[in-house]
Amino acid sequence: MTSAKSPLMGSGRLIDENSFKERMIVLFTKWETLLALLFVLEIVVFSNITPYFLDYFNLMNASFTFMEKAVMALPMIFVIMSGDIDISIASIIALVSFAMGYAAESGVDTAGLILIGLSVGTLAGMFNGFFITKLGMPAIAVTLATQSLFRGISQAVLEDHAYTTYPESFAFFGQGYVGDSLIPFELVLFLALAVIMGFILHKTTYGRQLYAIGNSKSAARFAGIYVDRVRFINFTLNGLFCGIAAILLTSRIGSTRPNIALNWDIETITLVVLGGVSIMGGRGTVPGVTVAIFLLGYLKFGMGLLNISAKIMIITTGVLLIIAVLLPNFLDLIKAKRKLRLQQVRQN
Amino acid sequence: MEPMKPKEPILEIRGVNKFFPGIKALDGVHLTIRAGEVHALIGENGAGKSTLVKILTGVYFPTSGEILLDGEPTEFKDALDAQSAGIAAIHQEASMFPDLSVTENIFMGHHLIHPVTKRIDWKSMKRHTRELLKRMELDISGDTLVKNLGVAQRHMVEIAKALSLDARVVIMDEPTSALTLREVEDLYKIVRQLKREGKAIIFISHKFDEIFEICDYYTVLRDGKYIGEGRVADSSVDTIIRMMVGRSLDQMFPKSDSLFGEVVLSVHHLSQTGFFRDVSFALRKGEILGFFGLIGAGRSEVMRTIFGIDRASHGYIELKGNKVSITNPRSAMKHGIAFVPEDRQNQGIILQMSITRNITLPQIHDIAKASVLNSSLENRIAREAGEQMEIKAAGYHVDADTLSGGNQQKVVLAKWLATHPEILILDEPTKGIDVATKAAVHEFVSSMASRGLAVILVSSELPEVMGMSDRIIVMHEGRITAQIEAKDGDTDEIMKAATGHEEEAV
Repeated sequence: MTSAKSPLMGSGRLIDENSFKERMIVLFTKWETLLALLFVLEIVVFSNITPYFLDYFNLMNASFTFMEKAVMALPMIFVIMSGDIDISIASIIALVSFAMGYAAESGVDTAGLILIGLSVGTLAGMFNGFFITKLGMPAIAVTLATQSLFRGISQAVLEDHAYTTYPESFAFFGQGYVGDSLIPFELVLFLALAVIMGFILHKTTYGRQLYAIGNSKSAARFAGIYVDRVRFINFTLNGLFCGIAAILLTSRIGSTRPNIALNWDIETITLVVLGGVSIMGGRGTVPGVTVAIFLLGYLKFGMGLLNISAKIMIITTGVLLIIAVLLPNFLDLIKAKRKLRLQQVRQN
Repeated sequence: MEPMKPKEPILEIRGVNKFFPGIKALDGVHLTIRAGEVHALIGENGAGKSTLVKILTGVYFPTSGEILLDGEPTEFKDALDAQSAGIAAIHQEASMFPDLSVTENIFMGHHLIHPVTKRIDWKSMKRHTRELLKRMELDISGDTLVKNLGVAQRHMVEIAKALSLDARVVIMDEPTSALTLREVEDLYKIVRQLKREGKAIIFISHKFDEIFEICDYYTVLRDGKYIGEGRVADSSVDTIIRMMVGRSLDQMFPKSDSLFGEVVLSVHHLSQTGFFRDVSFALRKGEILGFFGLIGAGRSEVMRTIFGIDRASHGYIELKGNKVSITNPRSAMKHGIAFVPEDRQNQGIILQMSITRNITLPQIHDIAKASVLNSSLENRIAREAGEQMEIKAAGYHVDADTLSGGNQQKVVLAKWLATHPEILILDEPTKGIDVATKAAVHEFVSSMASRGLAVILVSSELPEVMGMSDRIIVMHEGRITAQIEAKDGDTDEIMKAATGHEEEAV
């Protein structure tokens, strides 16, 4: 019935999958492509309005304001990809920052603080993962509870005090630059982590398992994948990366208050969803989220330069999010309709 | 009995077709329902009964064909539409709100409003409920929460709900499958009562004793097609079974003669509380062992346990004479077991992943070095397995959801074939796929068996089991009720063992 190239026949015309036009349609209906175009548009628009936008120093420095959230977004891709959610991450930051502040007051050096930061974060993530996978509780419920619990610990001890004594060398992580350049250490660290996480998601068995689990937990299980083990690792990674982000943030602002990183859980999830990761799981890419991070980060920076109210920024984010969530479903709908039509054509 | 004049039909279905992506679920189906009659809708699993019920209740919209209500062509736009036309369905698994009371469940969606105060009229709703329950001789209070009721009582409440809607056509989808003998008697009483009140009842059942006990008329469907109808009083079990099972058994199935080798799998007294008990059997190299039974007989549960998805409460499994403990699918795979599950869309295949990725999923760790996937090796493995199954697709990179049901099933088979199993368990492998693919699957299974693969074939389609298997195990309510050499297989004997009539048969 079909030739070697197998063109699909639908509604009276032939669709050749390999034609330039078809390939372009596939490319330009990808959310990642649309995001990248939007990002280019953003740069063009802002640099035409204000001379301060397209300035190397400014662009580099502006990245300080969103690199911690960017780091948090990376493992969140994995969590959401496999159909879970973690809304406790901002509170893990608070807990980690609190632990480091407490340790710094007692004279622990920078290396010790890093170690404490990474391990407290990891343990907090494992705590979430234990309740979710071993006890089979829903991720949203568990992390809703730990959202209060983790921040609550820091609030109970600190009340309205703050830890502000940190070793001098600790300031490097959140404030330092690489060598003599103007490139912030935070930015380089994020890009390195993004490459690693992108490699894991797109090139390794672990990433493949995430896609499988996100699309169908039961089919993944029937194929011999240890679904709960993978989910546990995801939450642990989330904790570890919160540890890293907490180190960067605490080092950058040089203090720990109980309200540190408040609302960052929602802001991080926003980045991930805007980056094209399906909130239902099973779809998304690291490059997509990376573009979304810079798009939103520099949108904020550009609007700041123009003295545009933060409220506009919030509205813009909301609109983009709705589009990000709707567009894949909309495209799927068209795809499904076309498929059904194809089959009816064949059957008749 | 004096010959009755046929009454005017309440509900008539004429030449209804329903297509789904890849499947013709209904193909020119007729059904005529009259008042005061109990009409049995008979067919094997996948014959199209449920689809027909969904069309009658407004859940699906027919692709083509006519529905006549009191002789007038009509369309049910949605479930509410069908409900107001007087059609109510009582489903296999009662769909009720467990945390609400009986009264609330009965009046869900059509609360009575007090004519004066315009508020929900609890008083008259409770009164109506009391009357309904009394009419059905049910000894429960309207205030009882549904979750505190037994299965049988829930069914009765569903029926009460249908009555409260003034339903003229009541559809009962395997209403007795979860009932005890006494409860079945109670149900019959109500069915007869409804009949006397002039309601029409569509009774879906696999069980012939029920059909002969309670039904007046029957219509048989097979593979989505209308096969025939008749008066129950004028027919015999054999006639109906023949209509249901159809085609001559030996032709469709390629049976390659194979000599059986050693016993590769032996199951000893395997039990799982609530699902099956004391299941023992042996499977030899090159053998196709059929498992026949009705839905809920526990066959799938046995297979899930062998594959390590569920745990057995008693008993053990031996592979080539060594006792093994299989705790998860991965360990089952390491022991050379492959499992094609019944629920293809949810368990067998990942619709949003490409054909290649679906095929290689069970062995992703083998196509990777230090966790990094080797895509050329992956493509080769997928292509080899896929070509053996002759998957028809635009390419191996396309998502599985673009394929027809039959090709999806080929992907699932290819995926397990690629793991080079010694034991292949197939759970309803041809459910919902077209005839051509069905034949291809059968041929593939036969040829694999003749090359030494040990196969377990779970199927609710008698011709498939009889045509494919070397030996048939029949299960009923969690127990093995018969073991039959396929060549001496007798349809009646198997059907009786599957419906729990083995005592009479022996």
